[in-house]
Amino acid sequence: MKSKDFALDKRNKPSNIILTIVFSVISVIYVLPVLVVLMNSFKFNEYVNSTTFQLPNAMSFAGFNNYIKGITFGNYPFFNSVFYSFTITILSTILILLCTSMCAWYLSRVNNFICKVVYYLCVFSMVVPFQMVMFTLSKTADTLNLNTPYTIPIIYLGFGAGLAVFMFSGFVKSMPLSVEEAASIDGCGPIRTFFQVVLPIMRPTIISVGILEIMWIWNDYLLPYLVLDRKLYMTIPIHIQYLQGSYGAVDLGATMALIVLSVIPIIIFYAVCQKHIIKGVMAGAVKG
Amino acid sequence: MKDRKRIKRLNPLRAYFPIFVLPTLAAFIIGFLYPFIRGIYLSFCTFRTTSDAKWVGLDNYIKAFNDEGFFHAFWYTALFTVVSVVVINLFAFMVAYVLTRGIRGSNTFRTVFFMPNLIGGIVLGYIWQMIFDGILRNYGTSIVLDSRFGFWGLIILMAWQQIGYMMIIYIAGLQSVPEELNEAAKIDGANGWQTLRHITIPTVMPSITICTFLTLTNSFKLFDQNLALTNGAPIAFTANGAIKQTEMIALNIYNTFYTNANWRGVGQAKAVLFFVLVAVIALIQLRFTRKREVQQ
Repeated sequence: MKSKDFALDKRNKPSNIILTIVFSVISVIYVLPVLVVLMNSFKFNEYVNSTTFQLPNAMSFAGFNNYIKGITFGNYPFFNSVFYSFTITILSTILILLCTSMCAWYLSRVNNFICKVVYYLCVFSMVVPFQMVMFTLSKTADTLNLNTPYTIPIIYLGFGAGLAVFMFSGFVKSMPLSVEEAASIDGCGPIRTFFQVVLPIMRPTIISVGILEIMWIWNDYLLPYLVLDRKLYMTIPIHIQYLQGSYGAVDLGATMALIVLSVIPIIIFYAVCQKHIIKGVMAGAVKG
Repeated sequence: MKDRKRIKRLNPLRAYFPIFVLPTLAAFIIGFLYPFIRGIYLSFCTFRTTSDAKWVGLDNYIKAFNDEGFFHAFWYTALFTVVSVVVINLFAFMVAYVLTRGIRGSNTFRTVFFMPNLIGGIVLGYIWQMIFDGILRNYGTSIVLDSRFGFWGLIILMAWQQIGYMMIIYIAGLQSVPEELNEAAKIDGANGWQTLRHITIPTVMPSITICTFLTLTNSFKLFDQNLALTNGAPIAFTANGAIKQTEMIALNIYNTFYTNANWRGVGQAKAVLFFVLVAVIALIQLRFTRKREVQQ
């Protein structure tokens, strides 16, 4: 009770009230870029550049024209890109979580020479920048027909294994052996032990790794751009870069509309999983 | 030793290698190991596709070292990295410091500051391009016309994106500072600045190390934001060719690969050099972290 009073007292100190006001102003400035995009997505193209920071007026207001235009612009429907972004992100994340958690458990529990080699290779791969492998990786993916949204998860599993295995291994090492022992004495085979005993214990780490993978894969541009068969498949970042990059005088209003559409799923995701996202970031940062 | 015996009891696990490890390992070989080794080999070859490689020794590396654009990109990246590391960490620490003092609305502020982190690099680039051009238009110029605008524009963009992320890590660090230490300092008559300098900063040193290296590698490997915001513009013409003024290393390597197919070997050699640089940074980081652990 006493400490609560103390906390309240702290919050009402004049200097802290001033800080709250200052930070409120900064927060408004912080979300302003997103609001400006939203505002401009309702303006005709020629007004986006000339009156960027004014609210749409009777002259510049375009209603949902930009949205309709953006969705149908070019020769590739925007909603296909949205669909493939979702497909790739969901499939890859599930595949990574399943395979690397199994792998990490085996590596840390068996821990023989081969396991150590695999583990250190995984750690090593976290250091390597994507440019180092981008050309050879895209060629390999082409040769093995891994260039569709349904097979690219294998590439993501391979390139993303490092961080995931590292984080899961760190957690497994802190897990008490006795639970697994009890399971094996009760006659559980390794597969049942893993799925019924180990996996539930791993839950917090699974969420953290999952969040990090989702944030990475959803926003990733270069890997899918180089690996996917571009005539057939695009993701949202590829779509936006394609419209902006390849047409010099592209419709800015339409681009803003597409950016709004692509930010909406992120905002929903953030609103729903905010706590987990912040926890995931902290867990990922400790990887060092 | 005892653990070993206990693990042995789980012995049947050892036979399950194909189920537990093989899928990840196979994907890892396809998605990383083979391309990596092949990439090192190809950096000593000329090639247009991977199948027509011809061994040329160190030729590619010599060409890479004589490439003005690559050097410009390297120094530009180095300068950008230094400025962004300082700016991002300074602001992130300040924000975290204020937010852990228990002011009203801390959670809301935290949520707001972290939000830009979820938006991808390409989208961020175009959002800020529109905003900068909207401002610069009033002065009859544009972000792609002056490399200074491109530089500071990218700094502002990165700060907007990353301050929230680093803030989260600093908050975690600051919350681990024991309250007794602060109280003891107060009783001993330390003022706010002295407490910060002698109590707070030494205790959150691990967070400072983590954030410094995170921002360092993030800035060094930056690609998407660079591509979307300026794509290297403006171009300066020199006696030996054209130099993209705001092109960073990752983008320079990408452009070497995909604008001139005859230079792919050089691009791969540059990529190897880039990898070595990043690996050196990582090794330095490892030493820092180790040292810290010894001290504790």
